[in-house]
Amino acid sequence: MFHSLGKYILLLHLSFRKPEKFKVYWAEVMREMVSVGIGSLGIISIISLFIGAATTIQVAFQLSSPLVPRSIAGSIARDSTILEFSPTISSLVLAGRVGSSIASQIGTMRVTEQIDALEIMGVNAPGYLIAPKIIAGMTMVPLLVIASIALGITGGWIACLVSGDVSPADYIAGVHSDFEGLTVRVALVKAVVFGFIIASICAYQGFYTSGGALEVGQSATKGVVYSCVMILFADLVITRLML
Amino acid sequence: MIEVKDIYKTFGENEVLKGISAKFTAGKNNLIIGGSGSGKTTLLKCIVGLHDPTKGQVFFNDENFTEMDFTQRVPIRTEIGMLFQNSALFDSMTVEENIMFPLNLFTKQSKEEKLERANFCLERVNLAGKNKLYPSELSGGMKKRVGIARAISMQPKYLFVDEPNSGLDPKTSILIDELINELTEEYKITTVIVTHDMNSVMGIGDHIVFLHEGKKWWEGSNHEIAHTDNKELNSFVFASKFMQAAKEKL
Repeated sequence: MFHSLGKYILLLHLSFRKPEKFKVYWAEVMREMVSVGIGSLGIISIISLFIGAATTIQVAFQLSSPLVPRSIAGSIARDSTILEFSPTISSLVLAGRVGSSIASQIGTMRVTEQIDALEIMGVNAPGYLIAPKIIAGMTMVPLLVIASIALGITGGWIACLVSGDVSPADYIAGVHSDFEGLTVRVALVKAVVFGFIIASICAYQGFYTSGGALEVGQSATKGVVYSCVMILFADLVITRLML
Repeated sequence: MIEVKDIYKTFGENEVLKGISAKFTAGKNNLIIGGSGSGKTTLLKCIVGLHDPTKGQVFFNDENFTEMDFTQRVPIRTEIGMLFQNSALFDSMTVEENIMFPLNLFTKQSKEEKLERANFCLERVNLAGKNKLYPSELSGGMKKRVGIARAISMQPKYLFVDEPNSGLDPKTSILIDELINELTEEYKITTVIVTHDMNSVMGIGDHIVFLHEGKKWWEGSNHEIAHTDNKELNSFVFASKFMQAAKEKL
C-alpha cells in the first residue's frame, strides 16, 4: 500500500513538471475539458432531475404532519441536493463515466507502446497525458455540480407540479428560505476534490497497466472502485471539517 | 556512434541481459538478432532509455546516456527516431498529426513548415495524400510506414526499429527493409534493428550482433554469417529448410 502511495505521489510530481511547449499542453487541456464537461452533461442532467424529484417526493411523504409547514420540503430538498446529492452522487457517476474512460485510454496507450513512443521523443508522458485530465477534472466537475444543483432543484419543482404532494409555490418558498452560502461553498470544495480524485486515481491505474486488453479492463475497474471509495471518504472528511 | 558497455538487466530474479558490450556504427544497419527470449528487445529498450540497465552504460557519441536524468536526455532523445513493433501510432490523431507531433513540441517551425515536412516524410514512405486518415484506417504495412515517417520527421541521427517485419507479408517486409536501408544510407543514420527475420539479416545486415541466452554470442556482417562455425548461430539462422538450401548454394 505504501509502495503504491509513493508511486502515486511521484507520478503526480512528474505530471506537473514544466511542459515542453505550453501551447500544445493547453490544447490538450481544452480537449479534456470538452470531453469531461460537455461529454458528461447529459448523464448528469438526467440523474440530477430524477434525484431532485425523488428527494422532494420522499421528504413531502415523511413530513406529512399538519404542524410542519409544507414549504419545508423545498428547503430540505435544496440542502440535500446542494450538500450531498449533487456533489457526491454526480461524482460517483462521473467516476464511472469519466474515470473508466481515463484509465482505459491511458492503459491502452501503455500496452500499445504509445506511452513508450512519447518517452522516446523526449515528451514528459505523465505531464502530457495526466496533467490535462486532472486540470479538466478539477475545473469541469465543479461546473457540472453547479448544473446538477440547478437541475436537482428544478427536478423537485417538476415533481411538486406533477404529483401535487407539495404546491410549487410552497416548494419555491422553501427553496428560498434560510439559504446559507456556506452549503454551496462546501459543494464546490467537494467537487474540486472529487474531480482531482477521479482524474488522478484513474490516470494512475491506467499509467501503470501492464499486459494486454484484460489488464486494461482491470485497471479501469480498479480506477473506478478506488476513486468511488476515496470520494466517499473525502466526502466525510470535508463535511466534518467545513460544517 | 552508439556504444553499450557491459550491460546487465534483471527483472526480479530473472537475469535477461548478462554483460553485453557492442558498438553500433553510423550510416549502417546494425541488426540485433536472436531467438525469442534472448534479450533483443530488452537490450534495445536499455539503449533508448525505456529500461534502466541494472549495470553497465550506454554512450551516444561518447556521451554517457545512462547517467543522464530526464531533462539531460531530452536533446539526445530529439535525435532519436523509433519504429515500434506495433507501430505505436497515436490513435486519436490522424497520420499527419502523428508526424507533426514531435515537430509541434520541439521545433519553432510555422504550421506551413511543419505541414511541408509531414508531406515530405509521407512522400518518402510512399504514402503521399494519406494525411487525414486515422491509424485504424491503415493496413499493417501502412502503419509501419507512417511509424517510419514519424520517426524521421525530426531528422534523427539514430533510428531504432523493433521487429519491423512482424505481421507483414514477405513482399511488404522487403519494402520496409529497403525503405529503412535507403533512409540509413541517405541520412547517414545509426540504425539499430531488432529482428529475427532472416530476409532482413541477409538483405540489410551490415553489422549483426547475435544474442543467445542474454549474452552476445557472435558479431559480424551478413557476408560472414553464412560461413561461421558458431553452432548456436547456425542453428538459429539456418533453422528452416529454405535457409539450409540457400546456404548450400553459397
